Amino acid sequence: MTVIPLRLPRRLLEFTLDGQETRVPEGSTILDACRAAGKDIPTLCEGDTLTPKNACRVCVVEVEGARVLAPACSRKAEAGMTVLTDSPRARHSRKIVLELLASSTDLSTTPRAAEWIKEYKAKPDRFGPDAARLDEEPKIDNDLYVRDYDKCIQCYKCVDACGEQWQNSFAISVAGRGFDARISTEHDGPLTDSACVYCGNCIEVCPTGALSFKSEFDMREAGTWNEEIQTETTTICAYCGVGCNLTLHVQENEIVKVTSPHDNPVTHGNLCIKGRFGFQHVQER
Amino acid sequence: MKKRERTPKTYARITHPLVRDKKGGPLRRAGWDEALDRAAAGLDAARGSFGMLSCARATNEMNYVAQKFTRVVMGTNNVDSCNRTCHAPSVAGLSAVFGSGGGTSSYGEVDHTDLILMWGSNARFAHPIFFQHVLRGIRNGARMYAVDPRRTSTAEWAESWLGLNVGTDIPLAHAVGREIIHAGLHNTSFIERATTGFEDYAAEVEPWTLAVAEKVTGVPAEAIRDLAHAYARAERAQLCWTLGITEHHNGTDNVRALINLSLLTGHVGRYGSGVQPLRGQNNVQGGGDMGAIPNRLPGFQDILEPDVRSKFESAWNTVIRPEYGMTLTQMFEAMETGDLKAVYCIGENPAQSEADSEQAVERMKKLDCLVVQDIFLTATAELADVVLPATAAWAETDGTTTNSERRVQRVRKAVEPPGEAREDIDIICDLAGRLGHPWKYADAESVWNELRSVSPDHYGMTYERLAEHQGIQWPCPDTDRIEPTYLHGRLWDEDPARRGRLAPFGIVKHDPPVDLTDDQYPIRLTTGRRLDSYNTGVQTGSFASPLRRGEYVELCPEDAERYGVSVGEEVRISSRRGTVQAPVWVDPGLRPGLAFMTMHFPDEVDTNQLTIEANCPIAGTAEFKASAIRIEKLPVSGPVSGSVSGFVSAPAVRS
Ligand code: SF4
Ligand code: SF4
Ligand code: FES
Repeated sequence: MTVIPLRLPRRLLEFTLDGQETRVPEGSTILDACRAAGKDIPTLCEGDTLTPKNACRVCVVEVEGARVLAPACSRKAEAGMTVLTDSPRARHSRKIVLELLASSTDLSTTPRAAEWIKEYKAKPDRFGPDAARLDEEPKIDNDLYVRDYDKCIQCYKCVDACGEQWQNSFAISVAGRGFDARISTEHDGPLTDSACVYCGNCIEVCPTGALSFKSEFDMREAGTWNEEIQTETTTICAYCGVGCNLTLHVQENEIVKVTSPHDNPVTHGNLCIKGRFGFQHVQER
Repeated sequence: MKKRERTPKTYARITHPLVRDKKGGPLRRAGWDEALDRAAAGLDAARGSFGMLSCARATNEMNYVAQKFTRVVMGTNNVDSCNRTCHAPSVAGLSAVFGSGGGTSSYGEVDHTDLILMWGSNARFAHPIFFQHVLRGIRNGARMYAVDPRRTSTAEWAESWLGLNVGTDIPLAHAVGREIIHAGLHNTSFIERATTGFEDYAAEVEPWTLAVAEKVTGVPAEAIRDLAHAYARAERAQLCWTLGITEHHNGTDNVRALINLSLLTGHVGRYGSGVQPLRGQNNVQGGGDMGAIPNRLPGFQDILEPDVRSKFESAWNTVIRPEYGMTLTQMFEAMETGDLKAVYCIGENPAQSEADSEQAVERMKKLDCLVVQDIFLTATAELADVVLPATAAWAETDGTTTNSERRVQRVRKAVEPPGEAREDIDIICDLAGRLGHPWKYADAESVWNELRSVSPDHYGMTYERLAEHQGIQWPCPDTDRIEPTYLHGRLWDEDPARRGRLAPFGIVKHDPPVDLTDDQYPIRLTTGRRLDSYNTGVQTGSFASPLRRGEYVELCPEDAERYGVSVGEEVRISSRRGTVQAPVWVDPGLRPGLAFMTMHFPDEVDTNQLTIEANCPIAGTAEFKASAIRIEKLPVSGPVSGSVSGFVSAPAVRS
């Protein structure tokens, strides 16, 4: 990246991570330190382009001397602290979180969920079939994107992406409280009556596939979605001169969806409707 | 009121070459050899009267090869592209002041500036991801001012909206400048150090008091004063504009009037302070940088400089004519007079994108030979003698493009092209070979490396570095360092030698739109873009946008009432050049006497039949933003039928 040093380089601080002395720049989270050290901590509501909300608690770690477990995604590393990422307590807590989530929501399209469930020996059916939080048909009210709230874990990432952190369209927000809380449009209407501008920035951050491309949704329904044979190629949007970076997901020579690199200085993972959905013209063949 | 088709015509990819056996006859399928032979023969016969329309949507590499083809194979500098219809005034204005046609800042600086002045730009719709940087800037505490005849959704975010009359940007800018000077807020040390012509400028703006400007521009004096003080007092400020400034018969003067404000306040050449034209096409910046313009060689080097020419002459083993070629605008005029007989048009769609499009089509029909290379059979391709199917530059081709912040980024091939379609560069090289110049490039990277060897500003950008840094902004003369994100820091240098050429104030005068409103044509029509559609709609027509509702003429509620028309009702819209029919939409963001349309659906409503070909004499850009029109209610023909859902209510303001 083209870096202009505006301030002095950040100072490093030292702490102990799973028994190892670790140095990270001031302001880093425990999760940043874990990732830098190559540790694989499960995360769901954390978004690399968003301010942490610490809603899901699947990333918890044990901080020595603290009464409660700390969410690695949002707890800042402090000099001298001692952190255990894989202690029995932390593992047990993750297991419970995964069980609660997996028994109440459909994690079938959550990347890595199955892997974590196995790793933490979670029993998703522990609370029986009545635990399902919702049981509704996916909402298909336009040709671009589908909302399947059975898969929603209410991490609020989409609300943040649509709201003041990025898009500022405020088309989706949280309705209801407590058990009734859910992501919704104004008056729970169809997207086409909302303020949605179909930038798909909410889809980009959704960790579970509750929000997805219609193209992906249809292919999954038809049983033709196959990530193993897909390629991902990053190129530049064909439309305006902003120059957004598009990652084209291609399966059998068809563009099946478009994402955007999160660490890119132009887009930070965001696109507009044309970049996100306007690829079809090259495929009119 | 009939139900309108919501999805515009979709274009199918061209998968094999097409030729036309005789003028007026049909296009028929041909093999590559036959098509290329015909194209070569047609171009060969027209040596000396040839023009290249290069493509501002294709890669830098393709633009480099296209202009080299024009200069080396065809021996002329007649190469241009659609930058002429949009941002040529920005390039002309910026290079007259700073010697370089690029915007001076980067997007990241917008996140960290103190004031953002959006002038004639509905960025929330036209440049949405740039606007995210603006929004971040606002969240970080920047104040935004929006200057626009329409109260757009961009203006909704502004601290203050200055709704000026179409075509009064210079009076407004002059009044802002005068107020800054009179309040003693101008940056005297910067003016003395880095600029020339301040005295003349001060004299030029002197008559533009707030009161006079209020009368001419329609903006309350207090709002002008407020903007002047805020802009001058801001520690850092970004001045951004788009086609609202450039698409006028005096677009370059408009640009100069805005740059004057940055010179007056020293808001240029520093991190967070600068001027940014936001480009409309993905590679307008790059096309010009690559020399696909009639007056510059690759690296934006002036063709009239003997040293520059001789460098290219020895690199290309050729002789370069020491003269500027024809602009796109001049080429169209030369088609009329028969001075231009053959055109090689790559991408582009002038048959629908030119102002007064009917005239443009008539002119192209006069050509002896029109070769069109495209991915679709556009309205322009339908006029061609030879049609060559190309790959989509952004998804089926390797190369680079350059965005509005001068960032050169890699485009990469992700899918295989359809049928017999071939890459632009290969096609051009095949034609060059048939015309006696057997060029071979192994790949796009070898074209890029040739460009690097002749363009100092690009020398440091290897493909490897471009990938590593997620794009690099020019200038980048060295392979081991990255320059600052902003241009012209030199203007702040203490040392006059390093400071270089001083920046001249532009002494420009108010000149109202050419197409005057009167009793017959009482409404001012201005044009622009919608969020989900793009230019002549050829690409965006293919995806099912829920936002799309086809073309409408947008009126303010008062005018709609005055004409007795309601949303969805078809009206006749006439200018001094043509007549079209479109339904009405009511937009409270418009003011009485102002109507708005786009060019996105030319197959449904050909808005460019209305626009005027009044060109900026310096840049050649037409006055798309200011036509005079008349609106007529159509006689009711039978009962209302069909579903009109979605057309009956006033639009929700989308933001
Ligand atoms: S597509 Fe964009 S505007 Fe629509 S809900 Fe998602 S983030 Fe919001
Ligand atoms: S995604 Fe939207 S803002 Fe970005 S380059 Fe494409 S058209 Fe422009
Ligand atoms: S990922 Fe940390 S709380 Fe959800």
